[in-house]
Amino acid sequence: MRNQLHIKVPPTAAKGEVVRLMTKLIHPMESGWRQRQDGQMVPKALIGQFVCLFNGREVFRADLESGTASDPYLSFHVRVDESGVFRFVWSGDDGTRFEKDAPIEVDE
Amino acid sequence: MDRDNFRNTTMLSRREILLLCGAATAAGLPFSGVLRDAEASPGDAKKLLVDLTGGVEQQKGGIKITLPAATDQARHVPMRISVESPMTEQDYVKAIHVVAERNPTPAVASFHLSPANGKAEISTRIRLLQTQVVVAAAEMSDGTVRIGKARCKITGGAGGCG
Repeated sequence: MRNQLHIKVPPTAAKGEVVRLMTKLIHPMESGWRQRQDGQMVPKALIGQFVCLFNGREVFRADLESGTASDPYLSFHVRVDESGVFRFVWSGDDGTRFEKDAPIEVDE
Repeated sequence: MDRDNFRNTTMLSRREILLLCGAATAAGLPFSGVLRDAEASPGDAKKLLVDLTGGVEQQKGGIKITLPAATDQARHVPMRISVESPMTEQDYVKAIHVVAERNPTPAVASFHLSPANGKAEISTRIRLLQTQVVVAAAEMSDGTVRIGKARCKITGGAGGCG
């Protein structure tokens, strides 16, 4: 299957450094605004929840609505004080879920 | 997705697009008027922001929202929001809410932050149906709400006819 979830985490960081994390999900994010030729509205189908966890602790959360573009992309910052694993979780109301982990090495 | 099926269900032919544009012009509507019924008003957006932030008085300044001045890619408009905050345990940004006043549904996204972020700066891409002002509200840890605005002109794409 095609890789739908992309993440970018620097492999190493200094203790206390603020690192920039990026993630992108390949998904149409149907807004519910679009009309088909037969007059029916295309139903809303969003992957509306994004959570980033560091060593199991939530560090960033986003609730995305119809105004978010298709193939949603997010960039945010996290301060790292210890080595660990970032987990990126995208989930939709219909139970769709995408997950990926990335480790980061912190110089003590 | 099956390409042929996609075409049949979602795409208008060139002839139909021209017919639609012609009909809209004949009726004295601007091209975007086809979608005007479904559109939210700045009032709705304001109400939504008040609901999201809990009706606290909104202050200007301390938050910057960056959008291109003009774009023809209305489906993917890059947006950056940065809030001036030390992001310490005592003083940090709790949440950032984004609202687009003239989209069919004004809600864009809410971001929840904590001191663990170290820096209150977020980038994403949004949809804008037409030229409009995008409003961002930042909830701070001391209970205040900061508000920032940016205008983006849509010169084509989803904002026009087709």
